[in-house]
Formats: sequence, structure tokens, C-alpha cells
Amino acid sequence: MNLTLKIWRQKSANDKGKMVDYKVAGISEHMSFLEMMDVLNEQLINSGEEPVSFDHDCREGICGSCSMFINGEAHGPVKGTTTCQLHMRSFNDGDTIYIEPFRAKAFPVIKDLVVNRSSFDRIQHSGGFISVNTSGNTQDANATPIPKHDADLAMDAAACIGCGACVATCKNSSAMLFVGAKVSQYALLPQGQVEAKERAQNMVAQMDAEGFGNCTNTGACEVECPKGISLSNIARMNREFLSGAIK
Amino acid sequence: MSTIDGKVPAGPIKDKWTTYKDKVNLVNPANKRNIDIIVVGTGLAGGSAAATLAEQGYNVKAFCYQDSPRRAHSIAAQGGINAAKNYQGDGDSTYRLFYDTVKGGDYRSREANVHRLAEVSTNIIDQCVAQGVPFARDYGGLLDNRSFGGVLVSRTFYAKGQTGQQLLLGAYSAMNRQIARGKIQMFNRHEMLDLVIVDGKARGIIARNLVTGEIERHSAHAVVLGTGGYGNVFFLSTNAMGSNTTAAWKTHKRGAYFANPCYTQIHPTCIPRSGDYQSKLTLMSESLRNDGRIWVPGRKEDVEAIRSGKLKPTEIAEENRDYYLERRYPAFGNLVPRDVASRAAKERCDAGFGVNATGEAVYLDFAAAIVRYGKEQALLKGENNATDARIKELGKEIVKAKYGNLFDMYKQITADNPYQTPMMIYPAVHYTMGGLWVDYNLMTSVQGCYAIGEANFSDHGANRLGASALMQGLADGYFVLPYTIGDYLSNDIRTGKISTDTPEFAEAEENVKQRLESLVGNNGTKSVDYYHKKLGNIMWNKCGMSRNEQGLKEAIAEIAELRDDFYKNVSVPGGAYELNQELEKAGRVADFLELGELFAKDALDRNESCGGHFREESVEVGGPQDGEALRDDENYAYVSAWEYKGKPSDAVLHKEELTFNDIKLTQRSYK
Ligand SMILES: Cc1cc2nc3c(=O)[nH]c(=O)nc-3n(C[C@H](O)[C@H](O)[C@H](O)COP(=O)(O)OP(=O)(O)OC[C@H]3O[C@@H](n4cnc5c(N)ncnc54)[C@H](O)[C@@H]3O)c2cc1C
Ligand code: SF4
Ligand code: FES
Repeated sequence: MNLTLKIWRQKSANDKGKMVDYKVAGISEHMSFLEMMDVLNEQLINSGEEPVSFDHDCREGICGSCSMFINGEAHGPVKGTTTCQLHMRSFNDGDTIYIEPFRAKAFPVIKDLVVNRSSFDRIQHSGGFISVNTSGNTQDANATPIPKHDADLAMDAAACIGCGACVATCKNSSAMLFVGAKVSQYALLPQGQVEAKERAQNMVAQMDAEGFGNCTNTGACEVECPKGISLSNIARMNREFLSGAIK
Repeated sequence: MSTIDGKVPAGPIKDKWTTYKDKVNLVNPANKRNIDIIVVGTGLAGGSAAATLAEQGYNVKAFCYQDSPRRAHSIAAQGGINAAKNYQGDGDSTYRLFYDTVKGGDYRSREANVHRLAEVSTNIIDQCVAQGVPFARDYGGLLDNRSFGGVLVSRTFYAKGQTGQQLLLGAYSAMNRQIARGKIQMFNRHEMLDLVIVDGKARGIIARNLVTGEIERHSAHAVVLGTGGYGNVFFLSTNAMGSNTTAAWKTHKRGAYFANPCYTQIHPTCIPRSGDYQSKLTLMSESLRNDGRIWVPGRKEDVEAIRSGKLKPTEIAEENRDYYLERRYPAFGNLVPRDVASRAAKERCDAGFGVNATGEAVYLDFAAAIVRYGKEQALLKGENNATDARIKELGKEIVKAKYGNLFDMYKQITADNPYQTPMMIYPAVHYTMGGLWVDYNLMTSVQGCYAIGEANFSDHGANRLGASALMQGLADGYFVLPYTIGDYLSNDIRTGKISTDTPEFAEAEENVKQRLESLVGNNGTKSVDYYHKKLGNIMWNKCGMSRNEQGLKEAIAEIAELRDDFYKNVSVPGGAYELNQELEKAGRVADFLELGELFAKDALDRNESCGGHFREESVEVGGPQDGEALRDDENYAYVSAWEYKGKPSDAVLHKEELTFNDIKLTQRSYK
């Protein structure tokens, strides 16, 4: 198929940036979206132009690197899918596709579609861990049975890939789904419960300091999250946060 | 050529590690504060090492090329991690894990390292649970296990189909705790481009800040590389797009020996290529072979009909299907090890029986499993007169519970529904057993430079068993390196800060800058991918699943020629001192163009078939094993460790002889 692409080009963090039009031809429906971008970049290089920069690595939907805002949706039109797992069969010949970076105050653009998500890392530094040494001299792994139900819920929360689609989608640029997922994972496990309240306090404080917005319960994040992280994680975090605040 | 010493401690194999730990020199906590360690790579190996070293009190500087340590390639591992916990009470033990791993590696790994790995495997699981890794559990709340190919026990721990993700996030969380304490200084979006050696010791690295393009000097008392494998030398592999050999290769050029470069694992169950634009291949977990049957049509006319779309696989009668693994290996059937399954698929496709347009695909069929499970469920539910449709419905539920996420991923990529039609699979490059040569201490042949995880060579011999790479990465990082590095650093407590203002740092920095500037200033006409794809083609056709003398000699010549052409005609737009993803790729491909040649040279030297390395000249003739791989223990029971001498073609071979005191070498038979 033949497509028109309207892509955000920005030379550097300080550059103003603008949308630029490109045409690509002969795109196969079996290509992934990023393979389509490879075709465009090959075309640009061959004509002596600078290719479009974008983050990507695993191309399997697990590393959380890829981050494109496609036709107004984080990771494009298919639910439960990262940009790298989106295929061209979701588009039609002759389509015009708008491609922009994930935008938020806490995710400044570095170049083209590449944004700086280190604010997510700093939130994790503030409490995204259980304070245990890596000596290996911990108790036997089966010493504390964990109900399967809790372990499964913890796993569901832990599936977050840290992509930032929730933030990019939210009109307030809130990071509640991302933070809620981490707080929940640990709060659901006996190993993490000891520090649960303090963790919620610290991570929320850091989230605010990074300039993420407030949650007004629109639920857009859950809809766009490629890993199906549930809103119930936000509720669980709020419980931990409040019980910590009252203490 | 000379022989080299792996520095394996004396004594019975069961006691080596314990005795080593008892006798090793330690650094006192106050002195650790004066010692800096650079850890390049934040995958399972580098991440766990950085966290542990920082916790012990060293000052750690950690580097990764992604925007966060959490995105290292380890994140993509699906299946699981082995440990000799024997929670299932099925007779597992440290010895059995040790034995299986040595045998699985086709007797080309270092016995003492593998035993140590098996010993610490159980600590890994304890550690990860304490960190909050949500492993799968049974209804009693205890940890669940699954089994993987090539072994007779259930020892694989898993977290859904995302085991690597959960283990990596565990290591990342341990790093975060140390980053918060200021004990790890994290350098994201930084790429190591050279190693700096001062007075014969590794004392730092040159790194490029990938955002600004700035070239930086970083010093330390020791350098640890956990930079992963080099499977992307084939262009197409299951590795992440950025996985590369640059750090290891630059270290090799600075004096570290490169061991067994030709040992590559080609995984039998990956989604086939669909066209020339393909950028990577996706793995379908090995666990699928527990229930899937692998076949191709037995008749050429059916192959033609399928390719032209006139026939569907489900329409081919049972008697016209060739379940070639079950036919050739009745004892193990579909569960033969990865190398055997991959070669058998290639054999059928080369013979013209491949089932897709490219001729490179075979079927992995769940129809029989669906019926088998369905009948069982019908009985359990007391539905004695269940219709065929009902049986299938019940069977599908079970298959969905076991493999649902994999089936969904397959459907997402191919748009085919594997519940209704067989999956199509084909082998793909997956893992590299070769890597930087290290001794028992995990030190490379450069003093003070260590290699851990997939970047080193030591534990998997010529073929890696499933679920053992994650085990090795975490064993190296959490439990082995933190001991062995102390022994070396105990001599450095009076050294003081290492200055970066020295001729050695200046030379290395200049070297890096010149190279980058010449790449961007090249004004060529062909893209980096053009060369990477060409290299991948040569590697796949001549150094892939089956290798012979003529092909390897051709590969060596063709790669050298391609490399010359690359330096003349590659085009890298943009500048050296800004974010420039083409330049990043160009540097990595330039190194692959050298490594590829050494790879072929190593494969040529090893005129035996072992594990993933199959030489057509070395096969069994006659007898029940006719046509199978033939190992040659008399002449090749050694590790090839190559020393760099200016060009890959001039590399000099050193040998580490492998001795097996605790395991008897036998032929691997799966018939
Ligand atoms: C799809 C897939 C599934 C797998 N499934 C399993 C499984 O189920 N079980 C199992 O045991 N194994 C599995 N493996 C293998 C296993 O995942 C890897 O071998 C292992 O994760 C490698 O870990 P590592 O820490 O050595 O390196 P990696 O995880 O590859 O990390 C490399 C690190 O080095 C950094 N780096 C590289 N070069 C540079 C440089 N020049 N400068 C700075 N930083 C650099 C990267 O940023 C990264 O942080 C799988 C592999 C694949 C591809
Ligand atoms: S919660 Fe979902 S959308 Fe947000 S970072 Fe995690 S995976 Fe991405
Ligand atoms: S590239 Fe890794 S999730 Fe898309």
C-alpha cells in the first residue's frame, strides 16, 4: 500500500519542531509499524536526508522502548498493543498517518520521536524496591506460601513495561497507573508489605515533584495501556497512601 | 599457539567453590569506599552485579545504551530459569543439574564453572522471591515448576511467559535502592566504545553520551562487562535490535581473548521470515514442543498446493504427513534438543518440503493435543457422550490456559489463528555460547577486566539448555563475581583514585573520535542496514545451521571484502556529536564485520560437530546413528581462545584443554 506520513521532526530539545510530510510506497500489510518506519528511513538515507529518530529495541512488546503517538492514540489504534507489535494490516492503502512523540511535561522531547522518560526511573529510585540485600542468605523461597490469587494479581501489576502510554494518553499527564502498578505489586506480596505505606508516600511525592498531573479518574490510561494494567491498582495505591498519611 | 590456564581451584569438584570462598582475599568495608568499579550493561548479569557490588560498599558506575536499565535485552526472556531446588521431589540435585548442563553443552564447557553454577542456583530463587519477583505458584501457595527440553526433571521456575522481565525488574529494583543511596551512579543512553588499559590493568572506559554525542572518560579500579551476546552478527535473530558486540570486541582488540566465537544457538521454534523488510525474528517458547507436533507434507504435490493456496494444512490426511522428528528420533520425538530439532527442520526445507512462500517453514500442530486434552476433560466432567465439537472446545480451553499468551502473540504477528490451523515455525539465531574468554574468577585475559552473563563463554559449552542463561546471568552477578573481584581488588586498596588525565585515556579517546568522525564524514552511498543484511546473509548461508570447509573459506573472504566496501561506501547522515542513531548502528555493524570473520575462522578450525556447531565433514557413517553429528573428543576437547593481532585473519589460537574428571564423555543419542 501507499501511505502519507505526517511526522513530528525536532532537531533537539531546544528546537521548536514541526510536522513534516513524507510518502512511502509498496508497504506490505505484514510489516510491523516500525518496519514501515525502517522503509521510510532507508528512503531518507538514500536521498541524503536525516532519518527519523525513534526509540525501540526488543520489537516484541516487552522492553517498553517504543513510544509513538499514532493518529492521536498512544501506540496506535489496536488495543493491548505496543507500537512495535502494531502491524500495517491495521491500515489501508492511501491512508494518512499522524506520528508524534509521547507528550507530557515530565517527558521532554530529545529529538524527533525520542522523549526523555527518566522521570519514571527517578520515581522508582524513591521507593520501587524491597529493602533486602542480595546476599542470597534470605530464607528458603517456599518458607512463606503466598496465596495463588495474590501472586497472580501481583504478576498482573508487575507486567507494566514502563512505556509511558498512560501518561501520554491522560489529559492531566498523570502517572498514577504506572506508580499504582509498582506499589500494588509489592503491597500484594508479604515481602513487600513491611514498607508498603512508606513506599506509596515516597513514590507519590516523587511523582508530584517530576511534574506529572493529578488523576481525575477518566480511565483513559487503562484503555491505552498495552499490558492491560487495571485501574484497580490505582485504588490499591490510594489505600496504601491514605493509610500511610493518617499514621 | 599455546595452552592457557583456567585457574580452576584444586580439590574435589563438590568442594572447589566452598574452599575458594573460604580462602579468597577480602577487602575490608572501609577500603571498599575507596574503590570504584565500572559495570557496563544492566541486564540480568550487569544489573545484579552492579546492585551487589554497591551494596557491599564499592562505588559503582553503571552503563547501558537504553534509556533505562530496565530495558536491557534480558527483559525479553520468556520461558523460565532453572534451579536445583527439588521442590517437586522428582530426584533433582545439584549434581543432576550440573550433569544435565555439561551433557547439554555437548561436553565443551568447563566442569568446575558449571558445578558452581548449579550450587548457587538455589540461592537465586530465594533471593528473587525476597525481592518480590512474582513467580508462578500452585493452589497451595508454593512455587510451581515446568520442565524444559533435554532433561528428566521439573526444575524450571517461571513468571507467566515473562520470566526474564520479572527477574530483570528484580535486579533493577535492587539497583534502584543503591542509586537512591548514591552508591550506583547510573549512565543511561551511554555506549562504551573502548577499554582503557594502564600498566597492563583495565582502568576505565571511553563512552559516548548518546544524547549529546559527547565522548567521555570514566576511570575505575576494575571494569566488568555484562554486555550480552552477539547473535545480531546474523542481522536477523531473536535478540533486541540494539544487542551488539562492540564492548566485547573492543576489549578483545585491547588484549582479551575471544572464546569459541562459532558456538551459536539456533532456536527451532521461531516465527518464520515473511519478507525482505523483516527486521527481527520472534521466538515462540520451547515449551510449545511439549504439546505441539512438528510436521511437513510427505508429498511434493501437497507442498505445491499449499504454497499456491489451493490446499489447507488441515486438509492433508494423516498418512500424507511426515512427522519427521517422531520418525527420526522415536525416543525423544518432538522434544529433542534445540540443535537437533533445528537441523532436522532445515533438512526438510532444503529437500523442498517447506510450507510457506519462502520455502522456509514447517508446521507446529496442536490439533492432536486439543483432542487429547478435550477427551480427558470430558471424562473428568462426566460428559461421556461429548461430541467432537465439544471435545475440541474443552481441549482448546486447556491449551489456552497453558499457552494462551504465546498463541495471542503468534496471532498478533501473523494474523493466523493457531487454535484452528497449525503454527508455522522455522529456526532462528537466538543465543551465543561463545564470548570473551574468562578464567574461574570470571576475569578476561586483561587484568582487572571481567566478563559476565552472555558476554562470556564459560558455562554452556557448545549448546545451551533452555532456562539456563537467566540462571547463569544472575549467578555471575549476585553470587560469583562479588567474591572473585574482591580477591583482585584487595591489591588495590592503596592505589587511590585513577586519573583520567593520562596518555592512555587520551589515546583511547582520540581513537574513538577519529573513528566516529571518519564514519560520519564518509559520504558514501549505501546505508548501514544494507551492509548488515549482506553480512547476515553470508553468516546464515555459510556459518549457520550447517557448515563445511568450502563455505567457511568463502565466508572469510566475502566478509573481508564486504568490510572493505563498508569503509569505502557506507553513508552515515548527521554529525558525530549529537543524537545519531545511524552512527550508533554503523559502529556496531563495523564490529560485527570483524567478529563475523573470526567466527568463520573458528568454525573452520573446529573440524568436528558439537552442539550447535555442525560440520558436514564430521558425521556418523553407518549404524543406528547414521548421518548424526560426530564429536571428536580426541582432537577437539578444548576451548578456542583467539588473540587479536591486528586483523581477524591474523588472530592467534590459544587452547584451554578441557578435562572431565566427574562426568564421562558419551555420545548424545536421542534416537
Ligand atoms: C527472545 C528470548 C527469549 C529468551 N528466553 C530465555 C529463557 O526463557 N530462559 C533463559 O535462561 N534464557 C533465555 N534467553 C536468553 C537470555 O535472555 C539472555 O542470554 C540473557 O538475558 C543475557 O543477559 P545479559 O545480562 O548477559 O545481557 P543483556 O540482557 O543482553 O544485557 C546487555 C546489557 O549491556 C548493555 N550494553 C551492550 N553493549 C553496550 C555498550 N557498548 N555500552 C554500554 N552498554 C552496553 C545493554 O544496554 C544491556 O544493558 C532468551 C533470549 C531471547 C532473545
Ligand atoms: S501502566 Fe501501562 S501504559 Fe503505563 S507505563 Fe505501564 S505498561 Fe505503559
Ligand atoms: S520495542 Fe520493545 S516494546 Fe516496542
